This record gives sequence, structure tokens and C-alpha cells, in this order.
Amino acid sequence: MKKIDILKKGLFVENPIFILLLGMCSSLAITTNLTNAVGMGMAVTAVLIMSNMIISLLRKIIPNEIRIPVFIVIIATLVKCVQLLMNAYTPALYNSLGVFIPLIVVNCIILGRAEAFASKNGIFDSLLDAIGMGLGYTFAVVVISFFRELIGTGGISLLNPFDSSQVIFDLKLFEEYAVSLFTQPAGAFITLGCILGFVQWLKIRKSKKEGVSK
Amino acid sequence: MNIVSMFIGLTFVNNVVLSKFYAICPLLGVSKQPKNALNMGFAVTFVIFIASIVTWLLYYYVLVPLNIVYMDLITFILVIASLVQFVEMFLKKTSPEIYKAMGVYLPLITTNCAVLGVALDNISANYSLLESAVAGIAVPLGFTIVIYVFALIRERLEIANVPESFKGTPIALITAGIMACAIAGIAGLV
Repeated sequence: MKKIDILKKGLFVENPIFILLLGMCSSLAITTNLTNAVGMGMAVTAVLIMSNMIISLLRKIIPNEIRIPVFIVIIATLVKCVQLLMNAYTPALYNSLGVFIPLIVVNCIILGRAEAFASKNGIFDSLLDAIGMGLGYTFAVVVISFFRELIGTGGISLLNPFDSSQVIFDLKLFEEYAVSLFTQPAGAFITLGCILGFVQWLKIRKSKKEGVSK
Repeated sequence: MNIVSMFIGLTFVNNVVLSKFYAICPLLGVSKQPKNALNMGFAVTFVIFIASIVTWLLYYYVLVPLNIVYMDLITFILVIASLVQFVEMFLKKTSPEIYKAMGVYLPLITTNCAVLGVALDNISANYSLLESAVAGIAVPLGFTIVIYVFALIRERLEIANVPESFKGTPIALITAGIMACAIAGIAGLV
């Protein structure tokens, strides 16, 4: 497989949330606003890159029978490091993401990539795979949070994750027409449901086109 | 805190699936048949109940005295992984049918956010051992109720006339959204 394809497949063809349906818990919980989504995307990508590289390096040493517990311990260690770093450098983000930072340990994307890709491939390919999947996850949560924040609050804003007093942009578009349901849990399910419906519609359209051209 | 109101709060008002978003994967994966959903609920209940007691004891009697609180994630996940392994072996011996029906979702209880989530919440909310044990029953009870009801609705959805693009997961998620609205309706009960 070409290197660029490994990178690209995480973004669209095998997008972890929209296509593979992995890591749904965090993608529903932390997408109340764009800032949280960007922060969570960065945290997941960082853990994914490190875990994929370490597991790829250790893949010949880890005995096959106990590989899952070994993977989980490696991932838990990395997540704890990220959690402590975020507590120190991004306190506002740390507070608003809350329990979902430690829950990256049980995010299926990380373990899934370790099992499906990093334990079978070299370190460079694993790195590319991690970057692709991490960006795919970030892209997906940004899309979900974009719609939820826009419909739920009537505006869209992004704060600097490292310094919450620094506003990158803050647009207020139709505040009086905001539907606050979308910032609540029910809105998360409905938003993701509609986006997945759209993705499925694209897939059906594509397969129909291919059927016609044949 | 009053144990009864805490129990109702954790089971219904702050429902683990519909308002905290733990355990979405099994909700979508194992909810095709009500019977499997119920079995999954029982297995998760057992794991969460034991895990919330064991992790509480380990945290306050091992990690805190030794001053290694930063090891909490690794300790908790190892406890959970071994418990799930135990349940798997137990089910394989006693009822191979259930074991087969649950398939890959049984080992995946390890990566069920609800198990680790409850263990971490018990610590961060400063629960006593009794309160942790109550949370260890109330939370998975809420999970079991939701996943069972959800499976019943999905059975009905199978024969419903759903637009082609929304068949499967999309309509299931929207169903969950409507159930979350219902749960939001009893917010403020406790």
C-alpha cells in the first residue's frame, strides 16, 4: 500500500467515527462546543500516535496470548501522561472534558488500531496510520460539534485550547433562534444520527452510480 | 447523601447511557435481540458491581497510603480486565449458548466506558464504600433497562418503513436521542 493511502484512509474511507463506528462515547459526550472537540481531538491523536509507535516497536516481543492486556497497560500509561500534562497546561480544557480524558483508555479506536494495524506493521506505517486515524477522529468530532454548537447556541466560537482567555473567533449568528436541545444529550444522538444518515446516503449514491456505469 | 435518592438519581435521572454517554458501543452492538441485550446487561452489572468495590478498596487502602495515586488508571483497568476474563471463563463453562450469542462483545466489556467510568466517578465524587457499592448496582441497572427497552424498539424498527439512508445505525441513534429526551423529562426528580 502506498504511504499516502495509509494516511488518507483514516480521514475518509475508514473514518473511525463515521464509517467504523468506533469511539462513539467520547464523540457524543464532548462535542457540546468546538473548543472541546478540538482539544479532545488533539489528546486522542497524541495518545494514538505514541501507542501505535510503541506497540509497533514491541510487536515482536509481546507474546500473542497476552497481547490485549499488554496493549491496555501501555495505553493506560500514555493516557495518564496526557491527563497529567493537560491538567498542568490546559486547565480549562481539562475541567470541561472531565472524566472523558481518562476514558481515552477504553476508547475503541486506540485499542482497535493497536490490534488491527500497529501489531502487524512497521513503525513508520504505524505512525502514518495513527496520524490519519487521529485526524479522522478530530475531523469527525469537529463536524459534530460544529452543528451542535451552531444550532444549540446560535453561534460558533473557538478558544485557544492552551489559554482559554484567548479567543480565536467568536461568531454570533442567530442567537434568538437557538435550539438548546442540541447542546443537551438528546441533541448529540440526533446530530450524529443525521450525519450518519448523510454518510449512508453518499455511500448508496456512489454504489448506484457504479452500478449504472457497469 | 440519602441512599434511595442517590439510587434513583443514578439509575434514571443521570442515566449512564442516555445522559452520560457511557457504553454506546454495546448499546448499538448488542441491542439487536432483547434476550442478548438482557444477558449483556447482567454480565455488565456483575462486572461493574465487583469492579466498583475492588477499585474503591484498592484506591483507598493501597494507592493512597503508598502515595501512588497516579497509578489509578493502570490499576483500575487491570482489575476490570481480569474480572471480564473471569466472567468469560465462567460463561463458557456454564452456558455456552449465551457465550456464543454475545460473541465479541463479551471481551469488549473491558473497553466498556461504563465500567471504568463508574470506578473513576466513585473516586472523584468522594463516595464511601457503601455509596460506591450502591452506584455499582444503580448505574448498570440503568444501563440494563435502557439497552433492553432499546432492543425492543429496534425489533419493531426492523419492520418499520425507514428511508434507505437511515436504515441501521442512523435511525438507532435518533431513537436513542428521543429516549434521551424522555430521560431529560424527569431531570430534577432528585
